[in-house]
Amino acid sequence: MGSRFGRALEKRLPLIVVSPLFAASLIFVYGFILWTVWISFTRSRVLPNYDLAGLLQYERLWSTPRWHVALSNLVIFWLLFVVLCLMIGMLLAILLDQRIRIEGVIRTIYLYPMALSFVVTGTVWKWILNPGLGIERVMHQAGLEGFRFDWLVNPDYAIYTVVIAGVWQSSGYAMALFLAGLRSVDDELLKAAAIDGASPLRTYMRIVLPMMRPVLMSVVIILSHLAIKSFDLVVALTGGGPGYATDMPATFMYSFAFQRSELGLAAASAVMMLMTVIAIIVPYLYSELRRT
Amino acid sequence: MKQVSGIVRPKGWARTLQRVLLFAVLGLFCVYYLVPLFVMVSTSLKSLAEIREGTLLAPPRAINTEAWAKAWRSACVGVRCNGLQPYFVNSVLMVVPAVLISTFLGALNGYALTKWRVRGADTIFALMLFGAFIPFQVILLPMARTLGELGLAGTIPGLVFVHTIYGLAFTTLFFRNFFIGVSNGIVQAAQIDGAGFFGIFFRIVLPMSIPAIVVTVIWQFTQIWNDFLFGIAFTVGESNPVTVALNNVVNTSTGVKEYNVDMAAAIIAALPTLAVYVVAGAWFVRGLSAGAVKG
Repeated sequence: MGSRFGRALEKRLPLIVVSPLFAASLIFVYGFILWTVWISFTRSRVLPNYDLAGLLQYERLWSTPRWHVALSNLVIFWLLFVVLCLMIGMLLAILLDQRIRIEGVIRTIYLYPMALSFVVTGTVWKWILNPGLGIERVMHQAGLEGFRFDWLVNPDYAIYTVVIAGVWQSSGYAMALFLAGLRSVDDELLKAAAIDGASPLRTYMRIVLPMMRPVLMSVVIILSHLAIKSFDLVVALTGGGPGYATDMPATFMYSFAFQRSELGLAAASAVMMLMTVIAIIVPYLYSELRRT
Repeated sequence: MKQVSGIVRPKGWARTLQRVLLFAVLGLFCVYYLVPLFVMVSTSLKSLAEIREGTLLAPPRAINTEAWAKAWRSACVGVRCNGLQPYFVNSVLMVVPAVLISTFLGALNGYALTKWRVRGADTIFALMLFGAFIPFQVILLPMARTLGELGLAGTIPGLVFVHTIYGLAFTTLFFRNFFIGVSNGIVQAAQIDGAGFFGIFFRIVLPMSIPAIVVTVIWQFTQIWNDFLFGIAFTVGESNPVTVALNNVVNTSTGVKEYNVDMAAAIIAALPTLAVYVVAGAWFVRGLSAGAVKG
């Protein structure tokens, strides 16, 4: 590599390494998004058709009742999932932060569902919530003969079973993030508060929790992101049913793209999902990147 | 002494009560998280007759491993009745190369972006980072077509390709954040000694990034093993990864519903990531919080 060519090459190596990876990102992320956006403005059905047809697919999408079901399910799931995970996560983090000797063991138990696939979680909860053999049977044997629990197959309540399983899987994650945040609060500050005679409760409410605002922000964003993308859990737990009662945008898109061969409509729904994510993530990323 | 303990006592009582309450709540949540695991394991060890008679929460009367054998070797996934075994192998063949390649490229990329003056490094990074957040529904259709044109549709190499491409954003992010904390002086000193871009990377930077490598490998392994969307969208039948096969086993509607086989299958599909979590839990948590603090 002593030659001039060698040195010139060496000087450009970093760029030579980064360029193909960056190009891959430009093609497979941005290029593909553009393709999908384009297709969403066409009449494409089984095969892509590149002639623009205006907002046709978006009009079809918004006049499809199933899309409205998917959206309202997303809102229900999103709200409940985020709020419950936040509450459980925060509670557990605060409790675990009380100098507990077996904290490591407890934390491991709280967090292991995060290592599971949503498909596994869905499979287990499908069995636990099984009308007849599941919780219902347990209650009957405990003497509550009249107990009925058929949410899994009840179109009005099935979406809440998705919430139950989702919260079980992800609340430990929220706990871990909050705990990391609590641990980063300066010990000196807490000591000073104690010396000033502030009770532990007061210290938490007035000092610790306000300092957790950025962590809270991150957790909300991460959970929201999980909620919007949720697909596996719904497929494994309810299969989107009964009927399409537990459809979400992600399962809607999949079924119109791969089962019904409605490329244009599927693309339009994917674009709607992308817009939602962008609305949440971009301001967050922007503020995060500016901080570092 | 006596006096002091006398004064402190009421407070001590309150404190004991507080601790008891604290552990009661913590214990209750332990039960909450563990019950599904217990149900899964105990159901998988029961016979179908025992399942129909008893309840979810009853432990198995005798250990019966038939459901496990069936889930592994002969359960029906669609029309094929070879159990989960071939799909488990598919997942292994998918996850190993995908994790290694995406981690290696992420390390190289993060190193080039932080330790060498690549023009526009920050912009490049910000643009690539976005790829970690997009809902993948937005790339499913063009990717399916691209895989078809590359002759990779419905194959394991196709899945490796997809996971590598979309794993890059996270691996780059993680290594970039790690390398930012590494002093530039080491790289500059090595440069003065005549070491080049790859020399410094392989002999100096990689050996010191073992912790970052471990966290990234664990994270990528978990993500890719547990993936369902790419698996179901880009593979068919024989090339399905284990998560898709599990879903097919559970939702195959022919014949008698065998809950014990379903549960054994679920455990088999979950075992690799659970094992990683148990062995390397601390690293796993670091990956989670790194995944959280993107940027």
